[in-house]
Amino acid sequence: MKEILVALLLLFGGPAFAEPPPPPDVPLADAGLEAKATSLMHQLRCLTCQNQSIAESNAGQAQAMRAEVRELVAAGRTPDEVRAFFVERYGNWVSFVPPARTDTLFLWAAPVLLLLVGGVLVSNRFRR
Amino acid sequence: MTANRRQLIWLLPLLLFIGLLALMGGHLGRSPTAVIKSQMIGKPVGAFDLAGMDGAKGLSSADLATGKPVLVNLFASWCLPCAVEAPQLEKLKEAGVVLHGIAVRDTAEDMHGFLARHGNPFDLIGDDKGGRMLLNFGASGVPETYVIDGKGVIRYQHLGEIRPEHVPILLRELEKAA
Repeated sequence: MKEILVALLLLFGGPAFAEPPPPPDVPLADAGLEAKATSLMHQLRCLTCQNQSIAESNAGQAQAMRAEVRELVAAGRTPDEVRAFFVERYGNWVSFVPPARTDTLFLWAAPVLLLLVGGVLVSNRFRR
Repeated sequence: MTANRRQLIWLLPLLLFIGLLALMGGHLGRSPTAVIKSQMIGKPVGAFDLAGMDGAKGLSSADLATGKPVLVNLFASWCLPCAVEAPQLEKLKEAGVVLHGIAVRDTAEDMHGFLARHGNPFDLIGDDKGGRMLLNFGASGVPETYVIDGKGVIRYQHLGEIRPEHVPILLRELEKAA
């Protein structure tokens, strides 16, 4: 009895809330500009999916960001200016291109430092 | 250097390894998703002009620079936490706050149902079909709520739904922005 009632009730279930799918991407007419925009999209991080670039993401927010990138590129902005547009709003986090900053200096210097340490170790070994 | 102390150097890799383990262990259990705060706080909202829904008056950046601080709520009918914060928005409204809404990637029909179910505390609602307004505020999703001062400058960002304990915080931030 209960099962039948549940089954009957299910008939009246409404659709669940869901974000509507984003509108399809409209590539730029100029193939060169579109290539420029696409390469930029691979360098910008999706905000809702976080570790994907906006080029790879299906999220509505990523689609909006792609549209913005295309608009900026079509308006003649340079890649650096487009990246700066997003960094201004979301900080360096949004860019996959690591900027040269004092707090990432060690990251950049690490290979050279490690090579030096290795060189010292090896030369000590040979001197012995 | 004595031979004994010289041998201590072989402990160095082990110590480095233990240090690395401690560093990684300390990060376990932390939320892997970063909370991305808007970098737009202290900056003016970029100019925009959104149409209204259902023929109502829309929302433009001029409505955010009227000399009086306002709240702007980014929301959507498809967003569940946006329904959760509806009673809190109502409370803010009752406290005399000017509250504008920006409907993100929504349709007039869905919005109509949402407002009928959860009430409409908004003075003006702008229809942001493409979801580009999030970039104007530095928002990373919905819902988010912003305190804008009388000159159209973003003063405070509230990420996620407004729970009852957040109402006094927002009221205080509005007062600070005045």
